[in-house]
Amino acid sequence: MDERITQEARHFIDTIKRFVKDECMPAEDAIEQTGRLPDGLIGKMKDLGLFGLRVPAAYGGSGMNLLDYCYVIKELSKTHDALRAVISVNNGIGSMAIVHDGTEEQKKHYLPLLASGDYIAAFALTEPGAGSDASSIATTAVKENNGWILNGMKHFITNAPIADIFTVIALTDKEKRAKGGITAFLVEKSLKGMRIGNIHNTMGGKGWLQAEVIFEDCFVPDKNLIGAIGNGFKIAMKTLNEGRLSAAASAIGIGERLLSMGIEYAKLRKQFGKPIAEFEAIQWMLADSATELYAADRMLADTAYRFDQGEDIRTQSSMTKLFATESAFKIADRMLQLHGGMGFMKETKVERMFRDIRAYRIFEGTSEIQRFMIARELLRG
Amino acid sequence: MKILVTVKRVSDPEAKLKIKPDGLWIQTEGVKFVVNPFDEIAVEEALRIKEKQTGEVVVVSVGDKVVTEQIRAALAMGADRGIFVNYAGSYDSYDIANILAKIVEQEKPDIIILGKQAVDDDMGQAGFMLAELLGYPQAAFASKVEITDDKKKAKVTREIDGGLEVKEVELPCIITADLRLNTPRYASLPNIMKAKQKPVKELTVESLGVAVKPRVTVKKLSEPPKRKGGVKVESVQDLVSKLKTEAKVI
Repeated sequence: MDERITQEARHFIDTIKRFVKDECMPAEDAIEQTGRLPDGLIGKMKDLGLFGLRVPAAYGGSGMNLLDYCYVIKELSKTHDALRAVISVNNGIGSMAIVHDGTEEQKKHYLPLLASGDYIAAFALTEPGAGSDASSIATTAVKENNGWILNGMKHFITNAPIADIFTVIALTDKEKRAKGGITAFLVEKSLKGMRIGNIHNTMGGKGWLQAEVIFEDCFVPDKNLIGAIGNGFKIAMKTLNEGRLSAAASAIGIGERLLSMGIEYAKLRKQFGKPIAEFEAIQWMLADSATELYAADRMLADTAYRFDQGEDIRTQSSMTKLFATESAFKIADRMLQLHGGMGFMKETKVERMFRDIRAYRIFEGTSEIQRFMIARELLRG
Repeated sequence: MKILVTVKRVSDPEAKLKIKPDGLWIQTEGVKFVVNPFDEIAVEEALRIKEKQTGEVVVVSVGDKVVTEQIRAALAMGADRGIFVNYAGSYDSYDIANILAKIVEQEKPDIIILGKQAVDDDMGQAGFMLAELLGYPQAAFASKVEITDDKKKAKVTREIDGGLEVKEVELPCIITADLRLNTPRYASLPNIMKAKQKPVKELTVESLGVAVKPRVTVKKLSEPPKRKGGVKVESVQDLVSKLKTEAKVI
């Protein structure tokens, strides 16, 4: 393990290893079948402090730095992806805007509730007409008296059906758009004029609960503004910046689990009178996968560490997310191939992980957007 | 109620171990070290007793500086404070019992709980020796521990062949923890953070007035013999006759 990870985090990662093996892995099939997270398991995750990893200690969390956090997430990703998702949204995109730009009053009220897991958070940026081009959002917020009236629809919002609060990115000035016309709002689920639309039926990520969020003349008071008016695009981008490293960490965790399953199966499965691990074709699958995981892991540790030192790591964060998720997808494909017909069966779990990992090349910025941002930086000036 | 628990630093039971070239101990480079699993059970039991009775759980470990990691691990589970006996040389179970006896004299706990054995050298003697040195009653291999309402006795169950044996011992007493006594709790992140602030007192064997002189020394370690392949029998009759004539078990 990277020597820059703190002693406390290593200790906690050991705890998570045991928790994943003893409690989460046995629940994977049930989560996949029902699309629901068992209450008992969520209770244990609250007790472990998983919901408040990144929330500052002053607001009831543990205030982990990004490097330590990424390696906790990596370990948690070795089980059903829904368990990782509920944790990383609360610690990441769901709460980061409040942590970085929230008012003292917002922090004092919401962060302890998020850190304990009593409140679930969601981040509502994406819309039917605004995906990678986030500045083209159509949800509007119009000033009225001591608040704002929100209208529009968000979709693909993870945690939406179970979330208590949403960070909503809306248009406050149609002319300025990304240059000062987009603002972030904190919206409670109980507000009038706000409702959850269709729950999406997805290829993978069972139990993630993604849905539409609809605003119809929804009044949000001034005190729920996050950061300054017109600063919303910056806030959204900053939130996603960290989210990319967390996505990379998850992809590496999933890749590592797949590789260890592949190694185990290759030693066990016999064809032509010997374990398939003795065939070169299989060995190369394992060797390539391990090599990519090593590279991705080093990129992750380096980038997260530099973020914690205050460096601007926007480009490195894109590179890490791109490489880790693309590699993990290749690894999932190889390990499924290694399992042969068995890999296509639901009982091996490779099939599920193959479907789950597919989303990683899309969310928190598609691979194409990452390449676009890397190239833009290369060609600048 | 004050409970003293011992924790030993041992190599991870899941690690693949190699013997050092001199054959006297294992290679420690790259090996992960953990709290002896039976000691973890002992810590958990102490915490459960404390939660019912109120009081204090004190953990003690002997070794060089690195054993403070295991003390912190017990503190992260919920123990209140630690005692670190700094001693880098070799020792045997009797030395440990002597050191612990001095700690008990200082701390005067109501109950002392140890793991029934450490999973590295599997000696399993320190608990008995400590009871002898102190003249305390002991209840070894506990699978259940209950403290009586008057807090003067412990009712300790252990699994024996064909049933259970229940002992009642007066406090202060020595209890050693068996595998099925409980399932140790997870160390949560908030508790790991809190553990950093908990006090750990450092002592030396000299300050305790103990002269460490191991009576038991390791002469040689060797790997278990490789398992030889079995034979396949053609029929049940064949199997029965081999069990009778070759294995002579039926």
